[in-house]
Amino acid sequence: MRIGVIAIQGDVSEHVESLERALAERGATAEIVTIKHKGIVPTCDGLVFPGGESTTLGRLILREGIDEEIKQAKEKGVPILGTCAGMILLARAGDSQVEKTHQYLLGLMDIRVNRNSFGRQFESFEIDLDVSVLDSPYNAVFIRAPAILEAGENVKVLASIDDKIVAAEQDNVLALAFHPELTEDMRIHQYFLDKLFC
Amino acid sequence: MELEKLRHGTELIKRGFAKMQKGGVIMDVTTPEEAKIAEEAGAVAVMALHAVPSDIRKEGGVARMADPQVTADIIASVTIPVMAKARIGHFVEAEILQALGSDMIDESEVLTPADEEFHIDKTQFTVPFVCGARNLGEALRRINEGAAMIRTKGEAGTGDVREAVRHMKQILGEIRTLQGMTKEELIMAARDIEAPIELVMETAQMQRLPVVNFAAGGIATPADAALMMRLGADGVFVGSGIFKAEKPEVMAKAIVEAVNNYNNPEVLAEVSKGIGAGMKGISVDSIPEDQVLQTRGW
Repeated sequence: MRIGVIAIQGDVSEHVESLERALAERGATAEIVTIKHKGIVPTCDGLVFPGGESTTLGRLILREGIDEEIKQAKEKGVPILGTCAGMILLARAGDSQVEKTHQYLLGLMDIRVNRNSFGRQFESFEIDLDVSVLDSPYNAVFIRAPAILEAGENVKVLASIDDKIVAAEQDNVLALAFHPELTEDMRIHQYFLDKLFC
Repeated sequence: MELEKLRHGTELIKRGFAKMQKGGVIMDVTTPEEAKIAEEAGAVAVMALHAVPSDIRKEGGVARMADPQVTADIIASVTIPVMAKARIGHFVEAEILQALGSDMIDESEVLTPADEEFHIDKTQFTVPFVCGARNLGEALRRINEGAAMIRTKGEAGTGDVREAVRHMKQILGEIRTLQGMTKEELIMAARDIEAPIELVMETAQMQRLPVVNFAAGGIATPADAALMMRLGADGVFVGSGIFKAEKPEVMAKAIVEAVNNYNNPEVLAEVSKGIGAGMKGISVDSIPEDQVLQTRGW
């Protein structure tokens, strides 16, 4: 078992540490690798997109040429987790802010996203969030977070704040507007790992 | 949305914001056009200023927070985070920058200090702060005041990377010396470097600063940026190095690529070719003592 964390920019080490902790919790082992360049994605059984700046991440994924490898992994059914900037990259379409920067999108999920949906850093927040697949609220950290404005019928909504969808999945792809890698509660990472260890 | 359920400005959110910048390049810009060039090149954030540090150095006089109009225009022009500088101790400038919507405030020695004794109490703000440091004691004092990110001071506006190297090695070297110390030795070390014991213990145990640690102050080329990453920086700030270069667009892209490929000399060679001249710069030892910026702050 091999899990790759896209390591172009962002909070990569936090995701690596969270995966290690979550694996230890369930008594499982897997190799965790960081991905900066071509050739590693096809060897992975699971993929994680960290938080970071989506504009930067999108540009560099293209420049490094790993975009096609990620699309192929999705087709093969490899479980993929995207947090914050990762959610934006997974989307099919974005709002005018996303378009303005010619943001590159992988289009792996039938969702339309809105960048900085809750405002600037001043308005970033923590909230006890109800997530449909968890039995009690989850302390979710939103940092200049995006949100899903529209989701296709094949998309399963897992959590919302008012009319904004903040967690969703479609087939093997899980997208979150918040950062489970910044807190000690491993339930979201476990939910993702369930897809690999089923 | 039930607003009372939202918790803003927590330590987790402030430090989390800084973590999202890791592996990235933060560029100094003075106009919306420059900000767009930076965003296009792949900068993770921009620092809004009225003049880059090398010009601030030349101008002399009192260097203050940039005109709020400049900051507001830059904020309106890009989707990446916008940071801005306040004078050391000038909490009102910081409040203004927060009100403008700046995503992070740099309490910076590049500007003329407003307080010779106290830094800003950064815990009182909703937005996170980044502060400069030359050694571990300085870094931990700033973190204790609420800084969510540390950067080396280096010597801004020079294009001479040696001070940034010195400060990064100093901080990381001091952290290494804490390894294996007993509690009583750590208490003594905390007293020596004038830093809170809790933070010294946390740093000793983690073997890194408790917050993200960037390099800044004199980075002028892709090789400089890669050097700082190799020394252990989480990311880099580039001030005058981009818009004082011969071809800013090309230099900006090359520095972003260098940070992403910092341990690959072949790629570094490739991205460093044909990018035009770097900023002219001034050697640090030619600067008169009263014009040295890194000794501001304590």
